[in-house]
Amino acid sequence: MSPTNYLLLSAVLFAIGTVGVLVRRNAIVVFMCVELMLNAVNLSLVTFARLNGSLDGQVMAFFVMVVAAAEVVVGLSIIMSIFRARRTASVDDANLLKY
Amino acid sequence: MLALLAADQLPPVGPATGAASAAWVLVALPALGALVLFLGGTRTDRFGHVVGVATVLGSFVYGVVLFVQALALPGEERVRDLPLYEWFGSGSLSVEFGLRLDPLSLTFVLLITGVGSLIHIYSVGYMSHDEHRRKFFAMLNLFVASMLILVLGNGFLTLYLGWEGVGLASYLLIGFYVARPLAASAAKKAFLMNRVGDVGLALAIFILFQQLGTTQYTEVFARAGEMSTGTLTAVTLLLLLGACGKSGQFPLQAWLPDAMEGPTPVSALIHAATMVTAGVYLVARTHPLYDLAPTGQLAVTIVGAVTLLIGAIVGCAYDDIKKVLAYSTVSQIGYMMLAVGLGPIGYAAGLAHLLAHGFFKAGLFLGAGSVMHGMADETDMRRFGGLWRHLPITFGTFTLGYLALIGFPFLSGFYSKDAIIEASLGGSLTRGWLLGGAALLGAGLTAFYMTRLMLMTFFGAERWRELTPRRAPWDPQAESEARPQAPEAGHGTRSDQGSTPIGELDHSAPHGYHPHESPSVMTVPMILLAVGSAGAGAFLVIGERLGGWLEPAVGPVGEVSDAVIPTGLVPGIASVLMVLGAGIAYLSVGRKPVPVERPARVSWPVRAARADLYANAINEGLVARPGLWLSRALVYLDNRGVDGAVNGTAALLGGASGRARRTQTGFVRSYALTMLGGSLVLVAALLAVTLP
Amino acid sequence: MTTSTGEAVAFWILGPVALAGGLGMVFSRNAVHSALWLVLTMLSLGGLYMVQSAPFLGFTQIIVYTGAIMMLFIFVLMMVGRDASDSVVEVLRGQRVSAAILGIGFAALLLGAVANSVVVPLAVGPAPGSNVGNLGLLIYQRYLLAFELTSALIITGALGAMVYTFAGRAKAKVITQRERVTARLLGPPEKYGSRSGPGVFATGDSVATPALLPDGSVAPESLSSIIEATARERLGHATELAHAGDAHDQHARDHEPHHEAGHEAGHEARHEQSEIQGSQA
Repeated sequence: MSPTNYLLLSAVLFAIGTVGVLVRRNAIVVFMCVELMLNAVNLSLVTFARLNGSLDGQVMAFFVMVVAAAEVVVGLSIIMSIFRARRTASVDDANLLKY
Repeated sequence: MLALLAADQLPPVGPATGAASAAWVLVALPALGALVLFLGGTRTDRFGHVVGVATVLGSFVYGVVLFVQALALPGEERVRDLPLYEWFGSGSLSVEFGLRLDPLSLTFVLLITGVGSLIHIYSVGYMSHDEHRRKFFAMLNLFVASMLILVLGNGFLTLYLGWEGVGLASYLLIGFYVARPLAASAAKKAFLMNRVGDVGLALAIFILFQQLGTTQYTEVFARAGEMSTGTLTAVTLLLLLGACGKSGQFPLQAWLPDAMEGPTPVSALIHAATMVTAGVYLVARTHPLYDLAPTGQLAVTIVGAVTLLIGAIVGCAYDDIKKVLAYSTVSQIGYMMLAVGLGPIGYAAGLAHLLAHGFFKAGLFLGAGSVMHGMADETDMRRFGGLWRHLPITFGTFTLGYLALIGFPFLSGFYSKDAIIEASLGGSLTRGWLLGGAALLGAGLTAFYMTRLMLMTFFGAERWRELTPRRAPWDPQAESEARPQAPEAGHGTRSDQGSTPIGELDHSAPHGYHPHESPSVMTVPMILLAVGSAGAGAFLVIGERLGGWLEPAVGPVGEVSDAVIPTGLVPGIASVLMVLGAGIAYLSVGRKPVPVERPARVSWPVRAARADLYANAINEGLVARPGLWLSRALVYLDNRGVDGAVNGTAALLGGASGRARRTQTGFVRSYALTMLGGSLVLVAALLAVTLP
Repeated sequence: MTTSTGEAVAFWILGPVALAGGLGMVFSRNAVHSALWLVLTMLSLGGLYMVQSAPFLGFTQIIVYTGAIMMLFIFVLMMVGRDASDSVVEVLRGQRVSAAILGIGFAALLLGAVANSVVVPLAVGPAPGSNVGNLGLLIYQRYLLAFELTSALIITGALGAMVYTFAGRAKAKVITQRERVTARLLGPPEKYGSRSGPGVFATGDSVATPALLPDGSVAPESLSSIIEATARERLGHATELAHAGDAHDQHARDHEPHHEAGHEAGHEARHEQSEIQGSQA
């Protein structure tokens, strides 16, 4: 088996996450889709690290995880405050910034 | 050949010394009067007329001093220049504000201030009941100051300043009775038609500056030969346009009769004696240019001849005494233009006629004003008749003016007009016959309409006895007729010459007209002017006094060559024509009763003459309507074309933006979709580039 | 370079599971189900990391991502939108179709790119020493600055979360009883006392003014036994008049002084208040 398969899997997962961001309306689910995309990228980073025989890729993936953790914290609190103010977690309802 | 000689014979220009070094006082005095009266407001109401008369009289006295001083000088030193200061300078343009004192300008100074003083004095009486008399004198002073700037200026721009100044004063004074729509529209008409002429004058000045780089008389005249004949012709024709506008010459003559809506002293001073002769002055002043442009001269003579006939013909048909005199003015200025258009042989004759005309026409107008004063401001001659018994002094002065105007032997007009006729007979055969014939015919017509005026006004049945004074339709007080008058109404608080207040009317209406002689403050100027009318012509023309005096300014008087009729016969022929015209007038007007109502069924020449020979209709049809159409078309083009393009572009962008705006739905997922599309394209492009 | 058979087996097991988890997350309508599907994907990914000789990242993935972050997700879901399952109706026209087409196109592009690329792995085996040790060396040596920056980022994130949590919870101003009294005494005099009750005809709201019954007579209950300010004799007079025909206005006029008395009471109250203020100062 070629390690390329990992990359293919990563690409498919990334695409699935993208589609999820586009079609789901619940802000939390959209957020989870973003996490899926991040994870897909992490997979490819780890695969590249292995192919290159160096650990730099893994360090990158590590940093992605850290940043994702911070992002989740802030993102979820934003969703919470929006929910408190508008009693909804749908991204379609927050459409005031328009024409 | 003659023209070139004339240009080379330009007189030397010397500095003004002695009494002349303060010549600016001439202008400053009336200007100061106007300033004081305008800015002083109602505070100066009580003594306003004194200021007005005193300043002009002061100018006159000083003018006489200057005149005497100039007489004492030898002929070649009489042209003097008095630079005052640099008016403005910009680049190569440097305009000097200065005065040119030469026989020509001094002649005009004497005429303006002399006749002006008399008319100022007359106005004291004439306007005594007008509550705006102070304003009237302020405007008159403004006029005198502007007119003096016009004739004294030593450059075209100074002339233009005065030119516009008299235009403004004329506009203000024609519309002096602001409450009267006719006066307002007449003022507007005069202003607009003068603008046409002023544009010509301005263009002529522009061309001169563009060609020669200067607008001072001395330099322009000295270097006139540098310009091509075509340019000179253009300049002279444009100057002629200016002269036509200011002097009421064909084709711009229509404003002058309407200008009679102003107070009668204004008609006498501005629209008979002085301002309307500014065109003649302009041509005489710029004679070095005209001498080099025969085409321009020919145009001047043609304009003059046509105008003198138009004025005389229309004058025969009018019943309004002031309008007849106005058309007479048009006609007489036509004579002057004809004369100055003839070149050196005509300058002195034209100016002599101008001076004589200034006297007798001012006198006639003042006489007409006196008649109106005694006849409840009536101007319709059909309602006059037999007035000689009631207005003896007016009748006497008027008769002298009348005789002078029609050229009765040995009075002013006889000499001055005959000189013009003689001069016009020269030149080629056709030209001599046409111009001379027009001048002779005009003399006969003049006799006819003036005799008619005399007969209808002073002789015949006293038609006014059966009539009651009319109230003019424009009278603003007509509506308040029912209002009972205050006790002082009987004294009359005449607010203007045409508007007899209700009180006076109510007082006199049951008794009809009450012709009475005017007070001496009005009759004395009339008498003085009558003396001038009688003697000025003989004094000026016999022995070529005026010609000799003017020689430094306009060149020597030439001899009439190749006259189609021997010049010795001219006085005789003119007299015969005069007697003929007067006789026809007597036969047609004097021997049968004059109907009070104007006959409606008249022959076509009379109808045409009553319609001003369709001058207004022609103006309307040739200028006003096409102008309106053009404006409407341009407005349409502007609204639909220019604005349409601009607004259309804006609307297109606005609409497109409105559509594009709709894509901003506010839905994050839509934006994300767009981003994905963009990423897709980017990745595809990247792959297309990198992949083999 | 090919991988070992064990790895291939692991990939072919974990890979489809991860894929199924992703698809399940996108397609399940219930948000909690989505979260659970995502947990499945992340667990599989953690396994794949370990297979690819990245045990530290694998464990971090399982512990931090699956354990902590996904817990946080579910926690928030429980608070916010557990029952808010997405409706089937798509609001944005063509959004789903476009998203599907674009997503498939994007996947196809990426797959094509990866498939077309020539992977030439360096013939380097795993570095000597443990994976964790080597990673630690890298992080604390070469990537030290970036690592410190991430710590700052995390602290900022924590602060931001707190700010958001407490945003919009400003403390409302509490009006004390003393402030209420002061405000009332500074207001118009009519507000000093209590209003007369409904059904009572009163020309004034002073305690000293007796209430009138609907027939115009004085309500005996409104006569205070303590306050002597009410002129007894006047009241008696009024009580008699109350039965007369047009006595109402008369009655009202008679009681004008009482009304003024009420005002005086107000003035007194005001004096009192100024004293209070004085004592406060």
